[in-house]
Amino acid sequence: MNATTNETTNETVNADTATKTPLLELKDVSTVVNAHTANETKILNGLNLTVYPGDFITVLGSNGAGKSTLFNVIGGNLNADEGDVLLHGKSIKRESEEQRTRFLARVFQDPKLGTAPRMTVAENLLLASKRGQRRGLVPRGLRKHLDEYKTMASTMNNNLENRLNTATGSLSGGQRQALSFLMAVESKPELLLLDEHTAALDPKTSQQLMTATNDRIAADHLTCLMITHRLEDALKYGNRLIVLNAGKITFDVRGEEKKQLTREQLFNFFEDL
Amino acid sequence: MSLITSAIGQGLLWAVLGLGLFLTFRILDFPDMTVEGTFPLGAATAVALIYRGMNPLLATLCAFLVGMVAGLITGLLYTKGRIPILLAGILVMTAAYSVNLRIMGRANLSLLGKSSLFKNDFLASLPQYFDSVFVGLVVIIVVTLLLVFFLNTNLGQAFIATGDNPTMARSIGIKTDRMTIMGLMISNGMIAMGGALVAQNNGYADVNMGIGIIVIALASIIIGEVAFGDLSLTQRLVAVTLGSILYRFVLLIVLQLNFSANDLNLLSAIILAICLLLPRFRKFFHFDRLIERSVRDERNN
Repeated sequence: MNATTNETTNETVNADTATKTPLLELKDVSTVVNAHTANETKILNGLNLTVYPGDFITVLGSNGAGKSTLFNVIGGNLNADEGDVLLHGKSIKRESEEQRTRFLARVFQDPKLGTAPRMTVAENLLLASKRGQRRGLVPRGLRKHLDEYKTMASTMNNNLENRLNTATGSLSGGQRQALSFLMAVESKPELLLLDEHTAALDPKTSQQLMTATNDRIAADHLTCLMITHRLEDALKYGNRLIVLNAGKITFDVRGEEKKQLTREQLFNFFEDL
Repeated sequence: MSLITSAIGQGLLWAVLGLGLFLTFRILDFPDMTVEGTFPLGAATAVALIYRGMNPLLATLCAFLVGMVAGLITGLLYTKGRIPILLAGILVMTAAYSVNLRIMGRANLSLLGKSSLFKNDFLASLPQYFDSVFVGLVVIIVVTLLLVFFLNTNLGQAFIATGDNPTMARSIGIKTDRMTIMGLMISNGMIAMGGALVAQNNGYADVNMGIGIIVIALASIIIGEVAFGDLSLTQRLVAVTLGSILYRFVLLIVLQLNFSANDLNLLSAIILAICLLLPRFRKFFHFDRLIERSVRDERNN
């Protein structure tokens, strides 16, 4: 296929969204590992990305392309060595991971990373409902939220609603990851980062969670970036698709153009990289 | 009978240590060596202040605050200084030894002829050893209730989450460094208070009274867990106190076998080691039963 150049995508972006203000902007972001040594490498290499409110962007790229680093730079786990990260036009480059949680939520690939194993499902949901807020010396009031959590958990269609008082560590991987997802979206974050969140699950469970994810994002109009290795998912979901290669965005389609894209075209594009 | 009463009293007083250590060892999930320094630190602070005429209750409170400072230092070394927790604890523990000598001015300070929490008309009217049971019971009830309240607040839940899964805690905006420091402060405050209570009960403070403290505190936690099994968090706190009393009973029995008091640390360590090994043994025995059952089933088929 004719690889779309950066210039033309930028033009279509501007035409599409001239009236919208961007939610998140990454400007010329570079990250360096092993700085000042012979092994100095740039993981992100002058990356530019503009995310508009309501965007659901699927992120593709081979191993080492910088997908996880991109998420870490947005999430504040890693600082950009060059360039700037803006939220609503204001630089958040200096903000810590904890500070950024007031607008950002993240689901990791490993179900174990997203939940507290010795705390119950309901306790986990309560913890996450206070995302980015002050946690004071006030009684937690778990009981009055139980009905709400039951309803919330039942949307995942995996019996999670009947295990609210179970320690998270004894849930199945699928239930645990569904809980991680609920914890990420329950406070309706301005930006949701999904880091291959269905990759560790079996095909059926993975599909179930992906469907629930899509429904929830649509219902709450969430802005989301989703890393995936499944080309089908990248094509099926979202309104925009980007491909990372060698620390840069080398492919960026949205709207109608993305709908027209076929698996073969995408696959060939990867072959050419 | 009086031996049993005494054991219960000692168990209750020492349970404060178990509860303090529970916050770091079980909730934050790391062993905090600072306690070997904060226990005599609390004892020295309280005894020195009472010696100079301070009200015993106020002196015990001061011991709590001084213990918190020690916890703060360990916490800062660990979180901001990135020193491994074991080493950070050992550093503060070692430093505390000299501080304790400074506070008391000598290695051993007696409260002979001075007041203490255990000296008042009401406690004197009780039968022998019931004074420590009474004081211990009051302290443990207050401390346990405060802990249960704290752990069920939003702050307490954030604290628990920090120990359970720090990555997840940070990802939902919990400042894990602050939680760790706070836990170390409360824990060491409680252990210093335990030191103040035990010293007043004994009638003196000694710089060497911290040796082996972590083993005794751990023993009450582990014995409670081994004896009572799967419990809710609140029940686990109560189990620590019961474990502490059980530990005193075990010690009482062992000492009846004519061991010298000099063997105490050796015995404490052996008791704790046995309790730590018990779950392994149990697993082993379950395994045996499993094999037995499967063989029997096969025969029936």
